[in-house]
Amino acid sequence: MIRLDSLTKVFDTPKGAVVAADHIDMEVPEGEICVLLGPSGCGKTTTLKMINRIVKPTSGKVFINGDDTTGLDTQTLRRNIGYVIQQIGLFPNMTIEENITIVPKLLGWDKAKYKARAREMMAMIALEPDAFLKRFPSELSGGQQQRIGVARALAADPPVMLMDEPFGAIDPINRAVIQDEFLKMQQALNKTIMFVSHDIDEAIKMGDRVAVFREGKLVQYSTPDDLLAAPKNAFVESFLGEDRALKRLNLVKVREIVTDEIGTVTPSDTLETALAKIDNYGYQNAILMVNDRKQPAGIVSRSVARTTKGYCRDHFQTVPAVVGLDDDLRKAASLMFAHDQTWLPCVNDEGTVCGQITQRAMTSHLGARYRARQGDDRTPSPAIKE
Amino acid sequence: MEILLYALDSAGLLLSRTLEHIALVGVAVGIATLTGVPIGIAITKNERLAQGVLYLASIIVTIPSIALFGIMIPVLSLIGHGIGYVPAVIAVLLYSQLPIIRNTYTAINNVNPALREAARGIGMSPNQRLRLVEIPLAIPVIMAGVRTAVVLNIGVMAIAAYIGAGGLGTFISRGISQSDPRQLIVGAIAVSVLAIIVDYSLLYVQKRLTPKGMSRQAAAT
Ligand SMILES: Nc1ncnc2c1ncn2[C@@H]1O[C@H](COP(=O)(O)OP(=O)(O)OP(=O)(O)O)[C@@H](O)[C@H]1O
Ligand SMILES: [Mg+2]
Repeated sequence: MIRLDSLTKVFDTPKGAVVAADHIDMEVPEGEICVLLGPSGCGKTTTLKMINRIVKPTSGKVFINGDDTTGLDTQTLRRNIGYVIQQIGLFPNMTIEENITIVPKLLGWDKAKYKARAREMMAMIALEPDAFLKRFPSELSGGQQQRIGVARALAADPPVMLMDEPFGAIDPINRAVIQDEFLKMQQALNKTIMFVSHDIDEAIKMGDRVAVFREGKLVQYSTPDDLLAAPKNAFVESFLGEDRALKRLNLVKVREIVTDEIGTVTPSDTLETALAKIDNYGYQNAILMVNDRKQPAGIVSRSVARTTKGYCRDHFQTVPAVVGLDDDLRKAASLMFAHDQTWLPCVNDEGTVCGQITQRAMTSHLGARYRARQGDDRTPSPAIKE
Repeated sequence: MEILLYALDSAGLLLSRTLEHIALVGVAVGIATLTGVPIGIAITKNERLAQGVLYLASIIVTIPSIALFGIMIPVLSLIGHGIGYVPAVIAVLLYSQLPIIRNTYTAINNVNPALREAARGIGMSPNQRLRLVEIPLAIPVIMAGVRTAVVLNIGVMAIAAYIGAGGLGTFISRGISQSDPRQLIVGAIAVSVLAIIVDYSLLYVQKRLTPKGMSRQAAAT
């Protein structure tokens, strides 16, 4: 757990005092990732660096796991906090192995232990140990270096990690890959992490909580979903962007809004039965056909069922798309748009049909938070009125 | 032709004078490195002190070597070493300070701040930072300073023959006093050749001492 208590930094510059962090109060629960988000110069890095005392606080306190760090020896404190700096900062005179094992060495681990640890870390960041450990940083790509930077910070297994735009220097595709890898790692490691970003999408993806800063002040500290659904003021709102409702699609899983009820037909049903079911369920244009293992097998359209005689097995079309329960709404929406559908069947891990997701359900889920806010005494912004 | 014959004739003497020359410069620059590098590192902690020290070191270099010997003769006579190798070594030691201190200071100051921050953030003590990061990264530039000092002082040491320090300068001083151009030319050529050979040898040492990852980086860019 990391707790900041009225943490403040005032820089004295020739042009006068700059308040880079102004009485920041916040708490990151154990095992969570907190993303510090905000425009350039708002104090994210300063706040982060006060935690490991690279920047000395003007006033205020930092608690780690309940202990006031003011009294701790600086070097001991830092060795127990993993630190990934924005510029990667691998030591060019050391091999990858030496870079990764530097903190364990400083902590006095014996050689066999830290060597084994280096290999373990390489496996964790998905780089081949034999191919990379003996190389030098200059022989690695930017993305590989960035992973090594993360491995170095994690090597001594610190309970707390500080990461300053750790994936900033990578192209968007590789960044997404590293973000996914890192989240998977975090599920196993359960570190308490402060993570600086100025990319709203990264913040939403990586953060259990997001802290939005403006000019040294903490403006809003919420879960990503709350942040997107209920930005506290016009600044947060504009920072999140006009498409913030769409960004929420990333955060909601199909599982959360799936309706279990779905009418289906089997191949041996007659088209007459199909038409009756379509009308009974109130479907507009088609019904799903499943095989005997309840897997999606096809779609029988209303127009065919109305005008033709025979069995479903002879008059179906292929299923345009299905979604899984753990897919996010962004994928569901994308499939719906791509296939011009207003609903999609959902399948579980075994591939059997377990419900459906409709455009209506999606919009009403996302809209629910906004509607709830319309009751607030605060005047809704134009974006919400629409 | 005459000169070549003379050189061959006195090959033994030439060799021993060369070794003497190398030894004198080597000892002096060796001691200068042992003092200059720590001074160069120490002054990175204090900007004003650094300016003062570098200023002083540059003033020393502007004193002509003959004048420096002249100043030292009465002083060192007090301990019975007014002439000979002692003032020569001291002069070279003093002249070497500027390139060595300045290069060390610049190299340590120019270590990428991101690396310094990474080293701090990881929990290295100031000494560990110096030993594991800053000095290894500064080695190429420090070594370049040592090379400059050596080459510069191979010439200075030739003049020290006038105060009886020995070395290759004796050929030159005798050549002048005995109006013997053969000795003069052999001495002058020997000094230049020595300077070139030593410079290349030290360049090789510099490359060997440069941390591997950095030389590869240099090769890649
Ligand atoms: N060492 C310093 N001396 C003086 N002012 C500083 C110093 N470090 C930061 N500042 C100022 O403090 C403010 C906050 O800087 P900080 O680096 O924390 O911003 P940031 O949110 O990390 O921005 P970015 O996204 O650009 O990295 C800025 O106005 C900056 O100019
Ligand atoms: Mg920053």
